[in-house]
Amino acid sequence: METGGRRTGRPQGLPAVGEGISVHRVMGTETEYGIIAPALPSANPTLLSSQVVNAYAATLREGLGNLAGTRWDYTDETPLTDARGFRMDRARAHPSQLTDEPPELDELTAEQIALERGEPAEAAVLMNLVLNNGARLYVDHAHPEYSSPEVTNPLDAVLWDRAGDSVAVAAMERIAATPGFSPVILYKNNTDNKSVSYGSHENYLVPRSVPFSKLAEALIPFFVSRQVICGAGRVGLGALNQDAGFQISQRADFFENEIGLETTVRRPIINTRDEPHAVAEKYRRLHVIIGDANLHEVSNYLKTGTTALVLALIEQGRAPVPVLEDPVAALQSISHDASLTRTVQLTDGRAMSGLDLQELYCEAVTAALPPDADDQTRDVVARWQSLLATLRRDPMDAARQVDWIAKLSVLEAYRARDGLDWTDPRLALVDLQYADLRPDKGIYRRLARRGDVELLVGPVDVARAVVEPPRDTRAYFRGRCIAEYPAEVVGASWDSLIFELPGERRLQRVQTREPLRGTAELTGALFDAAVDAEDFLSRLLSGPERRVAP
Amino acid sequence: MASQDRISTGGSTSGSEEELPEPAPAAPTAPAAPAAQESSQTQGVDDLLDEIDGVLESNAEEFVRGFVQKGGQ
Repeated sequence: METGGRRTGRPQGLPAVGEGISVHRVMGTETEYGIIAPALPSANPTLLSSQVVNAYAATLREGLGNLAGTRWDYTDETPLTDARGFRMDRARAHPSQLTDEPPELDELTAEQIALERGEPAEAAVLMNLVLNNGARLYVDHAHPEYSSPEVTNPLDAVLWDRAGDSVAVAAMERIAATPGFSPVILYKNNTDNKSVSYGSHENYLVPRSVPFSKLAEALIPFFVSRQVICGAGRVGLGALNQDAGFQISQRADFFENEIGLETTVRRPIINTRDEPHAVAEKYRRLHVIIGDANLHEVSNYLKTGTTALVLALIEQGRAPVPVLEDPVAALQSISHDASLTRTVQLTDGRAMSGLDLQELYCEAVTAALPPDADDQTRDVVARWQSLLATLRRDPMDAARQVDWIAKLSVLEAYRARDGLDWTDPRLALVDLQYADLRPDKGIYRRLARRGDVELLVGPVDVARAVVEPPRDTRAYFRGRCIAEYPAEVVGASWDSLIFELPGERRLQRVQTREPLRGTAELTGALFDAAVDAEDFLSRLLSGPERRVAP
Repeated sequence: MASQDRISTGGSTSGSEEELPEPAPAAPTAPAAPAAQESSQTQGVDDLLDEIDGVLESNAEEFVRGFVQKGGQ
């Protein structure tokens, strides 16, 4: 992990949440990929998504790693628990909110998919994989989703997010090479530009002691303006693409509320799902649903890095709270102005642009930065300051760092050369194909290969992150259990592993409710010493805290 | 380019235009560099568009229309 653990990892002794202005805290990303099979226009998207999961499983079976067709352990999932202190009635929830059930409501079940493939219903069609790197690859509604392992800093978040894109490419290539299967294309974007959006989420561990209202009030203006440094760009305006034009964000026009529990309908700027996947008395998991999926590594790095810094400000009671008159309207207004000059109204009478708001937060972080801040924290702050200065001077100068600007540069070049207006389908195609993950076809991939993009992680590191977990979170324990004991691990989740030992009738569930335990430091020697799964479990559970990973 | 244009036409202009203070001093010091930079940038953009032309899906309208997704989170 040249770019990860050792050099840029969490400094010894620094807590991952709650103290100090720093980018270091437990975090992770989720990407729902857009998916089509061009030769099969009416293909069921759940079926296509299951092909992605199964194709990746097939590459693993061939020796690139171990395979556990792992059942997801839904025991601790509580998608209807609201951070504001109540639970939503299951009967009132939209079916897509019931994420604590296997996807069988209005979607295909594994059995139906097997039948559709002409296989017996009991044929093993995987809807879920837990990977050796600690990530989850699964069918989420009508999209394949990669949820990264837990990491402790923004650079590692970029690295394991990039690993997910490599997983997606491997699956696409496998499907394309399999006789009888029609090639599938995966896109790292967030809308079909008809009426539909799908998510790219971030998760941050936050101490439970910070009141949710304090998080919401400071984060709303930050999230409304964050798109200027990490939007992915979109051709078309409005949720139904009803007007022509370019905007900064893929997601902005699909948001309707300030705060709420939903993620698929009436989307809120602040999502209140209270499903900590950790010791609930100590932690929240802030589930951020407003971000765009990033291809630019610098955009992704600053998206997670600046958000971590603002969370640290909030925890210290030092965050600015510029109250917007209408946050949803401001989000869309800022997105629709690529010149970055349009202002939005505050309740105190001030008018600020997206850049003004970002500078407000950046200045507050700068003022609060301790003199002994670690290297990565200083790097994120310096890049944030420098990018905001560039955007202030001329946004088009940041094409090497920011997705929406790189995309807009290509679009404007086409408009200049061919005299295209914003309704031209070729511009819509450039927008779509920018996010095509195929190395030869994707426009972002082409820009990166030409050297037109600033990269933060190298191909060797990404290849390693595809098969190895981060060493400094419980993802290490999960990934290594999957890698070492693929036959015995029959279920997994963010905070548990379920073992089935030969000759034993009862399953053994090991909880991993502390995200900063189960690390290489704490469990590496245990894995190295154990001769098999049974020996491993008996060594693990003979400690002072049975059934909980060290 | 704008300053280049003004400089090259400067000799035959009327009195009122000669009052523009800025372009004149720039003329002897750095005439070629911005032009060269701009032309290499233009060349780079042309190359990029040629490269993208070569990989864009062939029927833009049909392909874009065919990209239909079901809702997600």
